[in-house]
Amino acid sequence: MTKIDYIQSDGTRITVDAAPGDTVMSAAIAADVDGIVGECGGNMMCATCHVYVDEAPAARLPAMTDDEDQMLACTEAPRTALSRLGCQLPTDEPMVVTVPGIPT
Amino acid sequence: MKPDTTVVIVGAGQGGFQVAASLRERGHAGPVVLVGDEPGLPYQRPPLSKNFLLHAETQTELRPRSFYERRDIELRHARVGSIDRFGRRVRLADGHTLAYDHLVLATGARNRTPPIEGVTLDGVVQVRTRDDAERLRARLSAASHLAIIGAGFIGMEVAAVGARTGITTTVIEALHRPMARSVSVATSTHIADLHRAQGTTLRMGRTVVRLDGDDTGAVTGVRLHDGTLVPADLVVVGVGVAPAVELATDAGIDVGDGIRVDAHLATSDPHVSAIGDCAEFPNTHTGTRTRLESIQNAVDQARCLAARLTGTPAPYTAVPWFWTEQFSTKLQIAGIGQGHDDSTVLGDPATGSFSTLLFKDELLTAVESVNAPADHTAARRILAFDRPLRREETAVDGFSLAQWAGGRQRRGQDRTVAPQDAVDARLGHTADVH
Ligand SMILES: Cc1cc2nc3c(=O)[nH]c(=O)nc-3n(C[C@H](O)[C@H](O)[C@H](O)COP(=O)(O)OP(=O)(O)OC[C@H]3O[C@@H](n4cnc5c(N)ncnc54)[C@H](O)[C@@H]3O)c2cc1C
Ligand code: FES
Repeated sequence: MTKIDYIQSDGTRITVDAAPGDTVMSAAIAADVDGIVGECGGNMMCATCHVYVDEAPAARLPAMTDDEDQMLACTEAPRTALSRLGCQLPTDEPMVVTVPGIPT
Repeated sequence: MKPDTTVVIVGAGQGGFQVAASLRERGHAGPVVLVGDEPGLPYQRPPLSKNFLLHAETQTELRPRSFYERRDIELRHARVGSIDRFGRRVRLADGHTLAYDHLVLATGARNRTPPIEGVTLDGVVQVRTRDDAERLRARLSAASHLAIIGAGFIGMEVAAVGARTGITTTVIEALHRPMARSVSVATSTHIADLHRAQGTTLRMGRTVVRLDGDDTGAVTGVRLHDGTLVPADLVVVGVGVAPAVELATDAGIDVGDGIRVDAHLATSDPHVSAIGDCAEFPNTHTGTRTRLESIQNAVDQARCLAARLTGTPAPYTAVPWFWTEQFSTKLQIAGIGQGHDDSTVLGDPATGSFSTLLFKDELLTAVESVNAPADHTAARRILAFDRPLRREETAVDGFSLAQWAGGRQRRGQDRTVAPQDAVDARLGHTADVH
C-alpha cells in the first residue's frame, strides 16, 4: 500500500491507500476523488485524468511517452510543467497530486 | 424542468451512469434513479474485448458504491418491462412501478445472432457483457483453435488477444477487408497486415454456411460457402448489434434505426429522452440521422442531456471519436469517414505511425490515426471548428494537423459549439425526414 494524496479543486485533501498495480487514475476512481474522470479507462484517449504532480520522487516517475505528451495538448485545464496523465503514473511511490477543476 | 423533479434512467451502462453523474454535478436536487438489469455496479465495456480477456484483475467498474451513495443516486437492479407514458411511470419486471417526471432511455444495444445452423453449440460465444467476457476468458485458456466470425472492431480485438495467447486464430468476414464498414482501405490494410504478421489467418470475402459440432454438442469447426472447414473449438460471433428499442416501440415512441430523438435528444414524447447506442439522432457532422456505438457518443450525449434537464439546453454537436487497440497498435478515429470520396495519408505507414485523412466534397470529414495521437487530438479540434479544413490546404509540403489547428485557434476561429443557425442549416435538408 502506497499513500497517494489528492488535493481536490475545492482545496480538500484525500489520502488514498493505493493497491499494487493501481495508477494515480484508478486509485482515485476507486476512492471517489472528485475531478478525476478517466473516461477512456486509461487508454490515453481522453485526458480526463489530468493531474499536477506536486511532490513526488520526480526522478523516479516514469518518463513521459510521446503519446502522453501529445494527449496533454488537449486537457481541459491548462497544461503546466507539472502536468501528467494520472492513468500513466504507477503508484509505487508516495505522491501528492493536485486535481484540476473539470467542467461537467 | 423544475429542480425537484424525478429523473428515472433505464439502463445503467456508460450513458445511463453519466446522465446520473452529470445531473448531480450540475446541481439537480430531485431524485435520480438508475435502473439496470445487469448485476453489480455500472462498468465499462471497452476492456472486455481487450485487457480484461488477458488479465482477470482489470478494473471495469466505473465508480465505487460510495460514489452513488454520496451523490444520492439510487441504483436499482431490475429490468424495466414497460413504460406508461400517460401515467408517467415505468413498470419493472418484478411488478413494482416507478413514477418519473423525466425518463431517460439508455438501454444500449444487444449482439445480433446470425441465423446460422449451429450457433447454439457449446463453445460458440459473443461478447457484450462482463459475464460474456468472463466466460470467453475461461474458454480462451482451454482452447486451441479460435475462429472469429465478423471482422469488426470487437472481432479484431478478440483476434489480437487470441494470437497473443498463442491460440491458432482465424477471422472470417463476408466483406473483403477488416472493419470495412468503419475505416478506410489504408487503415484496414495496415491493421490486417499486423494481424497476419502475428500468425492470424484472415479469411475475407467468405460467408459462413454452418457451424459443425460433435456428438456432445461442442463446436468443432466453421463451414464456409467455398466448402472449406475452419477447425475451431472456440467460436466468437461478432456480427454487430441491434439497438434495444422495444420499450420505446411498445410505448408508441418513434423508432427508426434506434429510438428517434431530435437535436436535443428528446424522443417524440417530450418527457422521454434517449441517448447512447440505442438513440438515432440528427448528426451535425454527417447531415444525416445516425446511431453511433461509442463511449464518446454515450458520454457526450449524457452530458448534453443533463445540461438540458438542468436548464442549459444546447443541441448535440460533439465531434465523434473512437479508439481500438490491437496488439500494441492504437487506432484512433475522429469524425465520420463513411461515404468519403477522397483520402490522403500523412506520415509513412511503414514506420507504424501515420494518419489517413478522409474527405467528402473536398472537405475533411474524418481522420484515422495509427499510433499518432497528436494528429488525433488535432483532428478532434479541427472537426469542431466552424470552418472546415479543405483538401487543397493539406496538399502543401510538411502539412501538419497540429500546426493547422494551432493556427486557427490563435486567430480565434475555434468555435467548439456550432451556433444553432449553422446546425439548422446543415441539417436543413433532413428536417423533413422526421
Ligand atoms: C466488447 C466491447 C468493446 C468495446 N470497445 C469500445 C472501445 O474501445 N471504444 C469505444 O468508444 N466504444 C467501445 N465499445 C462500445 C461502447 O461500450 C458502447 O458504445 C457504450 O457502452 C454504449 O453505452 P450505452 O449506455 O448506450 O449502452 P450500454 O453501455 O450497453 O448500457 C445499456 C444498459 O442498459 C441495460 N438495459 C437494457 N434494457 C434494459 C431494461 N429494459 N431494463 C433495465 N436495464 C436495461 C443493459 O443491460 C445495459 O446494461 C465497446 C463495446 C463492447 C461490447
Ligand atoms: S484515463 Fe483517459 S487519458 Fe487517462
